[in-house]
Amino acid sequence: MPTEVPLNAYLTLGAFMFVMGMIGVIIKRNPIVIFMCIELMLNAVNLTFLAFARHQPTLQAQISGHMYVIFVIAVAAAEVAVGLGIIMAIFRLRDNVDVDQIASLRE
Amino acid sequence: MGERIFFFLLAAIIIMASITVVASKNPVRSALALVVNFFALAMLYITLHAHFLGAVQIIVYAGAIMVLFLFVIMLLNLGSPDAMQETTEIKRPIAWVIGLSILGLMMTQVFMVASVVPTEAPEWIGTTENVGNALFSKWAFPFEITSILLLVAVIGSILLAKRRQLN
Repeated sequence: MPTEVPLNAYLTLGAFMFVMGMIGVIIKRNPIVIFMCIELMLNAVNLTFLAFARHQPTLQAQISGHMYVIFVIAVAAAEVAVGLGIIMAIFRLRDNVDVDQIASLRE
Repeated sequence: MGERIFFFLLAAIIIMASITVVASKNPVRSALALVVNFFALAMLYITLHAHFLGAVQIIVYAGAIMVLFLFVIMLLNLGSPDAMQETTEIKRPIAWVIGLSILGLMMTQVFMVASVVPTEAPEWIGTTENVGNALFSKWAFPFEITSILLLVAVIGSILLAKRRQLN
C-alpha cells in the first residue's frame, strides 16, 4: 500500500529536528543538554533513513535503511555512555562542567 | 486520510518537543521533552512500517539512554535552572542565523526530490522476523563489529568513571 504522506513531509520534519539540535549544541553551556541535542540530531537522521527506506523500490534497499537505523542507535548508546563518563570525570576533577570554562586543551 | 492526520499530529508533537529541549532552561525539563519526542518518533516509525525499530526506539532511547541522562543530571546536581547562567548572549543570534540558513539550504534540496513516487512497500518489511533475518545473514559482519564497539565503550566508560588510585 503506498503511503499517503509525501516523502517531503518526513524530510522537512527531519531537517527541522536536526537544525534544532544544532542550534542547541551551539547555544547551550550545560554539557548534558548538549548531549541531548546530539541525540536529537541522531534521531532526525534516523527518521530520514526510515522515510527514504519506505520509498525505495526493492525489498533489499528498504531493509538496508532499517539496518542503518539499528547501527545508528547502537553507536548513539555507546556514545552516550562514554560521553557521560567523560562529564563525570571532568566534574570530579574541577567541580564545574560549564563548557565555556573547560578550556584546558586550548591553553 | 487517517495516516495524514496521524502524521501531522505526531509532527506537531515532535516540533514542540524539540523546541522545548532547546529552549528550556531546566535540564530536567529538556530531558522530559526529549522523552516525549522519542515516543512520538517511535509511533512515526511504526507508521513507516518499522515496527521493530519503533519498539527498539522506546526500549533503548526512552528506557536506557534517558535514565542515564536523568541519573547524571541528578548526580551532578545540575537540575536547578540557575545552575548555569547563560552569559554569552552573542552566541544566541549567531546560532539562530546559522541554523535557519542551514534549514533553508536543506529545504531547497528537500523540495527538489518532489518527484519521488511512493512505492508498494509490504507491511511486513520491518517486523522482528524480517529485520532479524537480514541482520544475521547479510549484515552479520557489521553486527559483530557493533558488538566490538559496545565492548570498547563499556571498557572505556568504566576506565573513565573509575576513581584514580593515588600511588
